[in-house]
Amino acid sequence: MTQISVRVDGASYADEVEPRTLLVHYLREQLGKVGTVVGCDTSNCGACTVHLDGEAVKSCTVLAVQADGSEVTTIEGIAANGSLHPMQKAFHELHGLQCGYCTPGMIMASIDLVGDTPDPSEDEVREGIEGNLCRCTGYQNIVRAVQQAAAEMRAAATPDALGAQS
Amino acid sequence: MTAVEDRPVAEAPAKEVGQARKRKEDARLITGRTTWTDNMVLPGMLHLAVVRSPVAHARLGAIDVEAARSAPNVVAVFTGRDLAEEQGSIPCAWPVTPEMVNPGHPSVAVDEVNHVGEAVAVIVARSKAAAQDAVELVDVDYDPLPVVLDMEQALGEGTDLTHDHLSSNESFRWIFDAGDAGTGQATDQAFADADVVVSRRFVQQRLIPAFMEPRSTVVQPQGDNYTMWSSTQVPHILRIMLAMVTGIPEHKLRVIAPDVGGGFGGKLQVTPEEVISLLVARRLGKPVKWTETRSESLMSAHHGRDQIQYVDIAADREGNVLGLKVHILADMGAYLRLVSPGVPILGAFMYPGIYKFPAYRFDCQGVFTNKTPTDAYRGAGRPEATFAIERIMDELAVELGMDPLELRRKNWIGAGEFPFTTVAGLEYDSGDYDGATEQALRLLGYDELREEQRRRRESGDPVQLGIGFSTFTEMCGLAPSRVLGSLSYGAGGWEHASIRMLPTGKVEVVTGSTPHGQGHETAWSQLVADELGVPFEDIEVLHGDTAISPRGLDTYGSRSLVVGGAAVVNAAQKVVAKARTIAAHLLEAGEEDLQFEGGSFSVRGTPGTGISIQELALATFAAHDFPDGVEPSLDADATFDPVNFSFPHGTHICAMEVDTETGMVRIRKYACVDDVGTIVNPLIVEGQVHGGLAQGIAQALYEEAVYDVDGNLTTGTFVDYLVPSAADLPHFDTGHTVHAAPGNPIGAKGVGEAGCIASTPAVVNAALDAVRHLGVSDILMPLTPERVWRAIHEGGDGGDRATAGTNAYGGAQTETTAGVSTPESRLGGDR
Repeated sequence: MTQISVRVDGASYADEVEPRTLLVHYLREQLGKVGTVVGCDTSNCGACTVHLDGEAVKSCTVLAVQADGSEVTTIEGIAANGSLHPMQKAFHELHGLQCGYCTPGMIMASIDLVGDTPDPSEDEVREGIEGNLCRCTGYQNIVRAVQQAAAEMRAAATPDALGAQS
Repeated sequence: MTAVEDRPVAEAPAKEVGQARKRKEDARLITGRTTWTDNMVLPGMLHLAVVRSPVAHARLGAIDVEAARSAPNVVAVFTGRDLAEEQGSIPCAWPVTPEMVNPGHPSVAVDEVNHVGEAVAVIVARSKAAAQDAVELVDVDYDPLPVVLDMEQALGEGTDLTHDHLSSNESFRWIFDAGDAGTGQATDQAFADADVVVSRRFVQQRLIPAFMEPRSTVVQPQGDNYTMWSSTQVPHILRIMLAMVTGIPEHKLRVIAPDVGGGFGGKLQVTPEEVISLLVARRLGKPVKWTETRSESLMSAHHGRDQIQYVDIAADREGNVLGLKVHILADMGAYLRLVSPGVPILGAFMYPGIYKFPAYRFDCQGVFTNKTPTDAYRGAGRPEATFAIERIMDELAVELGMDPLELRRKNWIGAGEFPFTTVAGLEYDSGDYDGATEQALRLLGYDELREEQRRRRESGDPVQLGIGFSTFTEMCGLAPSRVLGSLSYGAGGWEHASIRMLPTGKVEVVTGSTPHGQGHETAWSQLVADELGVPFEDIEVLHGDTAISPRGLDTYGSRSLVVGGAAVVNAAQKVVAKARTIAAHLLEAGEEDLQFEGGSFSVRGTPGTGISIQELALATFAAHDFPDGVEPSLDADATFDPVNFSFPHGTHICAMEVDTETGMVRIRKYACVDDVGTIVNPLIVEGQVHGGLAQGIAQALYEEAVYDVDGNLTTGTFVDYLVPSAADLPHFDTGHTVHAAPGNPIGAKGVGEAGCIASTPAVVNAALDAVRHLGVSDILMPLTPERVWRAIHEGGDGGDRATAGTNAYGGAQTETTAGVSTPESRLGGDR
């Protein structure tokens, strides 16, 4: 067993883990962060995507010990002060989810995408989230949601622009 | 009556049905506050892992479990022999013929394994990791038997057997002949009289539903009671079947489907793992959990499609269709699961499509092979039928030198001809095929694309353009119980709902139709808001728990709104009728003098006399001032059994670019106009269409469950089984026409399967239209670049070597599969 310290969604945890424990299993089984889910065993589906020190990672390809000393953000930690993240809001408003199983990973990957590409075209969104599989939506509403959220996130990042718009 | 008095007097709410309400379900799903089965943790819970067969067909010898049993944290190990006395057989609820052969399906193999992935033992341990570690320690002796993979060969003389104890590989033969049924003319005569007969062999490749949430089951024993949480589409059916299989009395079993991450037919099942979990929990008296890995899921959860279709169409020279003959081989896989044999039979009535055939014959053989069992997958029989008719119509058009759309127009049912009884005996309810087609052509920009196609053809552009049609209908709203009975299905097709009026005026709607992503909570709220005149937000929809929703037949076959929603509406109308009696008493008026509008009863012509149905709920709770002889309850329930199916239809048009130098295909534009009857929530309907399109296009272009010559699934992960990503799919241009369904109070026809049923042939027809002038008349699905390139440059359908070393399509002729191919299994082209 190995000792790790990790901050997850703003709280600090210190735990003993088996060296082979995957980050996603640590989150789900030891911390009860079951908002993050497992959809495959080959890192294709992206359902388990979280942010590790601000970067989107598939938490099934990260060992818990690799997260030692790091900051992890999951789907459970992005709604600040109880108000939805723009990406969550956009998925809701534009019907970017049906069964919702891929949604946590899809939202976390999309936030990261918008961080890198603040104003993504349709093709850029489609390529940017191709590591995340959705079986329900056919992606069209997800693409629209990501673009809407990107616009809101851009506006929030530049208060002047927001003021000018309103 | 104080609880609701402070509520501001709302204006009569606008009609909810038709509004793009955002979904109630989303709040928990976008924040990670979900209740997936695998999230469950119970005190003392043990974890299961299943040891699975690595061989496709073998007699089981000794199974040494001692090393596993003594591994750290392993509590127990069970083999099939340990469970043989109590595990029964996985049930098949659809014996399509009295003579149908069912080999029996033990949850854990006892004497023989018949497909790769079949359970041979189960490990019970303190943690999932410990259970999985111990899987490796079980030593099984497999005595190999010949492997049967090719359906055409499996029906030949002197062939190997999928099951040693059976005398052939045929499970059943089911025939519908319109001449015999009295719904059409004699088929042979129609063909003898025809000017033109076109014959094709189409292959519906094997697909995997690939729901995103892997299956998971938790069982908690409490004395002689058992509660099962399972990632299932069908908690009600599951409860009944588990009681029948295990002997645990039905009233001692409670089944809960919490949040369920997609199903698409793949969770319409009674699975071996559900039976195993229940038996182990009973043996050990401890709660247990089983959650599959993705590779387990792809290997052992049931598959879909996998049919070979021999289709003959007869017509005169002017293009009037005269007859249709369909013979299909349907791969059951190794066993019959819940509705395996019924899937091709659901398609039987849809092969004539929207066309006025005078003669029709359908002949289906169900075939056993040493592969994972097949069962329902989105559309279940109807996508196969639609593919066959829409492909053969194009082939007939080519033969006749006609425009494919002109041929369709000439033969489809006119808008003024509804209700129309087809040659298959179905009564199509309503629609306008011309109207949908005209709208779809505009959406696509048809004329410009045809012009571009001409230009590219003339200039010899390496990238050719094609346009493909699918003018489809489907039977939805499964199903009238009497029809199911006539088809030997083991249950009815009704749906149940009840409505509880709570003292504070809030409303609980209980539905027997269990959602797994469809948005029932939102749509049902809209229905009830309109019927009761209460705010959308005041309604809660309960489902998926046999203790809360005791009666139901669950969600599949585009039935939820059409059948389940109808039950909800009927129940709400009963609530209003009961409330009217109370209102009349309290308002001291005759019931006939009351009007009910915007949720309030008032005396006609007497403004200001109103009492709302929510106030009546409190008055009923108190029951202080009640009419004599009236029970103090506004609650009501209803069971709706449809009289007929509903028949959504639509026109789907795909414009496809084919790079003749690389074989790469790219959907240039996809336009579709669907008529799904009354639309309750356009947002949800749109989403269902999109998702269906994605799966139908995926069959045409990407997905295929491939077995090698030894019966190993070679597409056992998401690396190999190509569920499309956002980058693999186009933007969809969608539209609607609305012809209300006459058969239910909502007017809805069903939308869950439409996109999936319609799109596949449109895509393939489009690709062929792009390269037909190069001598290509068929390309096997999925249309991989290699297949497309080979079809263009080497002739044939591109399938000859595309899956070398595999036995995809039940008959690929490759060097390594030469032993399993037959002259009849030569792929593609005229027979």
